[in-house]
Amino acid sequence: MATKIVMEALSPTMEEGRLVSWKKHEGDAVKTGETLAEVETDKAVMELVAREDGVLRKVLLAEGATVPVGALVAIVGGADEDLAGLLGGPAATAPPQGSGVRGQGARPAIPAAARPAEAAPAPARPESATPQPLTPDPQPLRVRSSPLARRLAAERGLDLRLVPGTGPAGRVIKRDVEAAGTAPARAAAPALPTRAPTALVPQAPAGGFRDVPLTTMRKTIARRLGESLGPVPHFFLTSEIEMERAWEARAHLAGRDEAYRVSFNDLIVKAVALALRQHPAVNASFLEDRIRYYGDVHVGVAVAVEDGLITPVIRHADRKGLLEIAAEAKGLAERARARKLVPDEYTGATFSVSNLGMYDIDDFTAVINPPEAGILAVGRIAQRPVIVDGAVVPRRTMRVTMSCDHRVVDGATGAKFLQTVKLMLENPLAMLL
Amino acid sequence: MAVLTYRDALNQALREEMARDRNVFLMGEEVGVYQGAYKVSRGLLEEFGPMRVVDTPITELGFAGVGVGAAMAGLRPVIEFMTWNFALLALDQIVNSAAKMLYMSGGQVPMPIVFRGPGGAALMLAAQHSQSFEAWYAHVPGLKVVTPATPADAKGLLKSAIRDDNPVVFIEGEMLYNTKGEVPEGEHLIPLGVADIKRPGRDVTIVAHAKMVAVALKAAEELAADGIEAEVVDPRTIRPLDLPAILASVRKTNRCVIVEEGWPFAGIGAAVVDGIQREAFDDLDAPVLRVTGADVPMPYNRQLEKLAKPDPAKVVAAVKRVLYVG
Repeated sequence: MATKIVMEALSPTMEEGRLVSWKKHEGDAVKTGETLAEVETDKAVMELVAREDGVLRKVLLAEGATVPVGALVAIVGGADEDLAGLLGGPAATAPPQGSGVRGQGARPAIPAAARPAEAAPAPARPESATPQPLTPDPQPLRVRSSPLARRLAAERGLDLRLVPGTGPAGRVIKRDVEAAGTAPARAAAPALPTRAPTALVPQAPAGGFRDVPLTTMRKTIARRLGESLGPVPHFFLTSEIEMERAWEARAHLAGRDEAYRVSFNDLIVKAVALALRQHPAVNASFLEDRIRYYGDVHVGVAVAVEDGLITPVIRHADRKGLLEIAAEAKGLAERARARKLVPDEYTGATFSVSNLGMYDIDDFTAVINPPEAGILAVGRIAQRPVIVDGAVVPRRTMRVTMSCDHRVVDGATGAKFLQTVKLMLENPLAMLL
Repeated sequence: MAVLTYRDALNQALREEMARDRNVFLMGEEVGVYQGAYKVSRGLLEEFGPMRVVDTPITELGFAGVGVGAAMAGLRPVIEFMTWNFALLALDQIVNSAAKMLYMSGGQVPMPIVFRGPGGAALMLAAQHSQSFEAWYAHVPGLKVVTPATPADAKGLLKSAIRDDNPVVFIEGEMLYNTKGEVPEGEHLIPLGVADIKRPGRDVTIVAHAKMVAVALKAAEELAADGIEAEVVDPRTIRPLDLPAILASVRKTNRCVIVEEGWPFAGIGAAVVDGIQREAFDDLDAPVLRVTGADVPMPYNRQLEKLAKPDPAKVVAAVKRVLYVG
């Protein structure tokens, strides 16, 4: 029996997906578990897999197109089954999050219960045989225009969509832009709201500009961080930490055996994890009507990837040794850069660390990744003048700034947490206590 | 300034250059005793003698090769083809020998040779004798291709071609030989590779060379009656092409129509369009259109032949399309 393949929620925060490429084509036989297509979610490129044996009968989404979760993208069925009923009907309900997805790495087998495609029979609906638009058109309104008209419009800050085109097929040409520029009243096309054309597009900068459509990841970053710094009341605590002992300890370890090499960031993750264990008030989330304090400590580590960033999670970091943290952090960062992380690997952090020391940043503030209640922004380690016993001496120090969600963490709470972090990093032996 | 025919302007250029440099000589079919199939070489045999005005048998490949050899030996031959249709037989000497000699000898063997004669269609000469070959020669690195449209250009460009140390393909027009125009006396030299604005205008650029300049000017006159000011740009040399002059005009008018007598596929206009879209993309308000000879062997039927050639009406129609009028 034919089943509908819908855009599945392949990550917890995914609201829409971009079909990167079809791995099967119309007419190809497919087996349960085989990859049908690659889908770019807000975080990674994932695989959409078949839940049933059959033939890929119909592909309804072009490569490169983006549709919301739940939209019908293909139909798998018998080789010569009549699909008229299915094509006309509504899309099947989106399956539960995460099901039907197989990341590049290890993934638990999909439980039989989570195979909703089989439970979505196609009702006999003879009246709906007429094909209907299945998905909204993802393309923005296209404006035909001559290159010169585009340049003139950009120079004048005119939105070409508001300029009626008088060329062939409505092409906007030079005279149209000139007419629009001298007679603003004409500039409002009937189908669009009447407002000053300049209000839609900022004045073009003299040096020219380049508009780049948002990638799915960039959209998610924008939305998520907008949800943070606006609604989440941030405050910031900065502390300078002396890193001489940490420096020595790390150098000593690496000197003994290359296998003992850990990064400063691994040390910081470990210290933060232990401090979170000691200060459960910081290992928490604000949930509108309550605060949730977590029993486990999971530390997110921000990783820059091409055109964005992602925060893979080192779970139970408080219970892991430095070498274990180092190995895990390295592996996750590599997989993040290859965009191969699966949702389990970048969700569920209870606190995050963002380190820009390698970019020569002295100190900075980071934006909290909700629902976490804090994030530690780490600057570079540098020799700075420090006063010891009345004398100025050079010391390796590092500045950290903690962003706190004031709904959960108060100034003193955050400060005490930061004191613990400082104590551990200045005296690495304290991590053994 | 004297008013001369195109043929007499060429004759003057040949006479002046032969008088100026004893290494210059003319060779071809009927150039001597008969004084040229189109009387371009009138009086030259009498003035310069049979050593420098050489009648040849009907052997295009042969005398083109003799010319190439003479150029290698230090002379400056002018090889006349009765028409460029017959020069197809000499293509190997022009393309494989003349065009490549300087290059393949590592700069040791010069090739100061001019191949000249009428190209394009005249009237009712049928498919084999009504062809425009400038695109063929312009395709070949190592050749210069010159296509004068007026008597003054014919004289100034031929004198420069003869003095040029590279092989030059100099394409005249049977229908141009009788046209008249003012021609400067004496040392009148037009550098190769410099275009000429044959008529200034602000609304549209018409690029045309050789016989098509007259067609474009006629079209421009008709357009002016409608208040459309066309600028007619004559590249004069196809290779090297004066692209900057064409671009300057297109940047002013934002629209362009290219007229050529030859076939459309891989024609001169195709190369011009390539340059315009690449260098003046943001100045274009309309696609660049081409008016070309029809993509057929020339019909041997008066009405069909007329339809197969570019004419002012076709140019006017193309101009109105790029101007979005009519």
